[in-house]
Amino acid sequence: MSSVTGSPPAVLRRDELDRLLDAIRRRGFRLVGPVLKDGAIVYGDISSAADLPAGWTDEQDAGTYRVRRRDDQALFGYNVGPQSWKKYLFPAVARLGVPDAGDAAEPERFAFIGVRACELRAIAIQDRVFTGGRHPDPGYAANREGAFLVAVNCGQAAKTCFCTSMSAGPKAEQGFDLALTELLDSGGHRFLAEAGTARGAEVLAELITGGAASPAPASDVAAADAVSERTAAAMERSMPAIDLRDLLYDNLEHPRWDDVAERCLACGNCTMVCPTCFCFSVEEVPDLTGAADERQRSWDSCFTLDHSYLHGGPVRTSTRSRYRQWMTHKLATWQDQFGTSGCVGCGRCIAWCPVGIDITEEVAAIAADD
Amino acid sequence: MRTLAEASAERPWTESPPWQVAASRPESHDTMTLELEPPAPFGFEPGQFNMLRVPGIGEVPISISGDPSRPGPVLHTIRDVGAVTHALCALRPGQRVGVRGPYGTCWPVREAEGGDVIIVAGGIGLPPLRPAIYHVLANRELYGRLVLLYGARTPSDLLFTGELAAWRSRPGVTVEVTVDTAGRDWHGGVGVVPDLIGKSAFDPRAAVAFTVGPEIMMRFAVRALLAAGVPEDRVFLSMERNMQCAGALCGHCQLGPFLLCRDGPVLGYRQLARWMSVREL
Amino acid sequence: MQQMIERMLSQHEFFAGMDAEYRALIAGCARNAVFGDGSFLFREGEPAQTFYLVREGAVALEITAPGGVLTVQTVGTGEVAGFSWLFGPHRWQFDGRAVGRVHAVELDGVCLRAKCDADPRLGYDLMQRFAGLATRRLQATRLQLMDVYGHAHAG
Repeated sequence: MSSVTGSPPAVLRRDELDRLLDAIRRRGFRLVGPVLKDGAIVYGDISSAADLPAGWTDEQDAGTYRVRRRDDQALFGYNVGPQSWKKYLFPAVARLGVPDAGDAAEPERFAFIGVRACELRAIAIQDRVFTGGRHPDPGYAANREGAFLVAVNCGQAAKTCFCTSMSAGPKAEQGFDLALTELLDSGGHRFLAEAGTARGAEVLAELITGGAASPAPASDVAAADAVSERTAAAMERSMPAIDLRDLLYDNLEHPRWDDVAERCLACGNCTMVCPTCFCFSVEEVPDLTGAADERQRSWDSCFTLDHSYLHGGPVRTSTRSRYRQWMTHKLATWQDQFGTSGCVGCGRCIAWCPVGIDITEEVAAIAADD
Repeated sequence: MRTLAEASAERPWTESPPWQVAASRPESHDTMTLELEPPAPFGFEPGQFNMLRVPGIGEVPISISGDPSRPGPVLHTIRDVGAVTHALCALRPGQRVGVRGPYGTCWPVREAEGGDVIIVAGGIGLPPLRPAIYHVLANRELYGRLVLLYGARTPSDLLFTGELAAWRSRPGVTVEVTVDTAGRDWHGGVGVVPDLIGKSAFDPRAAVAFTVGPEIMMRFAVRALLAAGVPEDRVFLSMERNMQCAGALCGHCQLGPFLLCRDGPVLGYRQLARWMSVREL
Repeated sequence: MQQMIERMLSQHEFFAGMDAEYRALIAGCARNAVFGDGSFLFREGEPAQTFYLVREGAVALEITAPGGVLTVQTVGTGEVAGFSWLFGPHRWQFDGRAVGRVHAVELDGVCLRAKCDADPRLGYDLMQRFAGLATRRLQATRLQLMDVYGHAHAG
């Protein structure tokens, strides 16, 4: 029973999934979900379940990401890839400023299909950054408001995942309109669907009325719970269960920073794949007519020298200082700035670091002789 | 006077409507004061800043350097150090500049009531302190001594020299000026600003100190203030980092746990102490 | 060990001409110290209760600000690093960093101050040496400040 809406969970057969997607699309949403492209599972427009990476999984480890065929046809049998939903909520390049009254374009209404628990947490974290302060960002707010979120509870954990130790998964608890758990067993290929909001419940009710879904038997609810428990137990990495804020504040000159600086390329991959990294630069948009009054914002990274530019030079010149900035911000100073951790344990930074730097390992090394 | 919340709630952070330059005045060989006419009533607290934008070139944070109790044009004192500040220093009356603000925390002038106020300024650090000086002078009976200790590299770098003389002549006001190096024409002090602190007469027990200048100067000034008996929680500094959105959104102005556009630029020494000497923070 | 330290003190310029008896007293507050290239002898802001006789190598006095680290002075073989132990609030004003491998004698300021309190003649001798050192440092700093290689007279 969903505690938010009081509506009971439903079960939806695999071949009825398109009815769910249609119901959402009919309500005026642009469907976006996981697609296999160029050897990775990324996010793109989808029109039906046929666009999802059926029968694919990912194998991830430090500095490694590969897709591989599964021996079943699971639609969500993988974890997270190099992209996150910030691709849509906080696009890499966006015009700044209030649109003209004459501009007829309505903001896009997105439906995100397949949002993992760690990603729900990441969206909530960015919500706080972009809309929870004194100066809410209208661009983010426009994309975020009304976005329809269909979460998926992970059926497996990648080696890089550590959401359990960040209390951010693997089960989706809040922040979704609908949450699906994929079940593939003797009962057939189906989805347990739970509503998290009134409009999610309304979609489910419509599916039930239309015969595409039916109330879920207790055995399916139990099977779904078992999926999440199994996933949680399978997680190999974890962030040490200590006060990260105190640890990092007390160790700003720890020799481990020198050690990681010898490996880090300052390439910034981690900041691009991280679902919570939000730094952006504000740029004037050049205009040949000289009537320049446009500005844009584009993703920036604290690994660039320009990021800390002041009085003719950067404050953080060494790679050491820039890696320290990224990690202490993500795990420690973010708490003072925004009241939460900046990390959700998705493990993307570990997989996509070309040299395989592992944030959990770096913390453990500093904690070891604290 | 509008509150900060009212001002920012009315329009998104991305908007910087043009204000007209009412007057411009050189203060030294590389520093100008621009008087900008707000299109609507504008209020600010001493220590706050505006973001000034030259379309096509960029936008920078500039401390408001005028009198907070006076309506009319809003003063900004700007040093020419880069492309945007160069363009701002070149503006003349009648031209326009994008403005949004005010942003940031302010000098705790109310907390300072009842005691001496020590102002320690280095170089371009004096403009962000001037509004606090005006406030103390306009509310003289609420404060004890006003002690202004100001230094610059050479005599030609000193700002607001006419006002310094006028302030010095007021009762209960001490003004000591020093430069790092000077030629024979200079008849004033030569030496570093922090050294002026130990030589000044003030009651440290109830004093509040505000300091702005190059970071190294501020660290030495704080040491001298603490050595003189000013309590740690009564010393305030204005810090600077790369600033772009001024709305606590873009992540650039971080100094450890502080977002300077929101938690600063004015910060108490007690909060800052553990972060101040960390290299490349 | 004590004899080795006494010998090091006798070889160091700073204690040239000091009574052997006082040198022995001071050696009781001293120990041998070696610092690897780039390591810090002391950090700005930390409690300062020691000073260093540099026997071999150099110590760079550094201070940090946005834009980089400034080296204000280097203290070399035969010289002394550290004044902050003498007077309150006993905190280092600069970072001291080893340039190359540094061999030094580290002196315990608390121990020394106690011995000076007990024997003011020792205190007077030590203060004279430090006063001389500080005066020479001051004159050198004034010369540095004049920026004689830079542009012509300011002002």
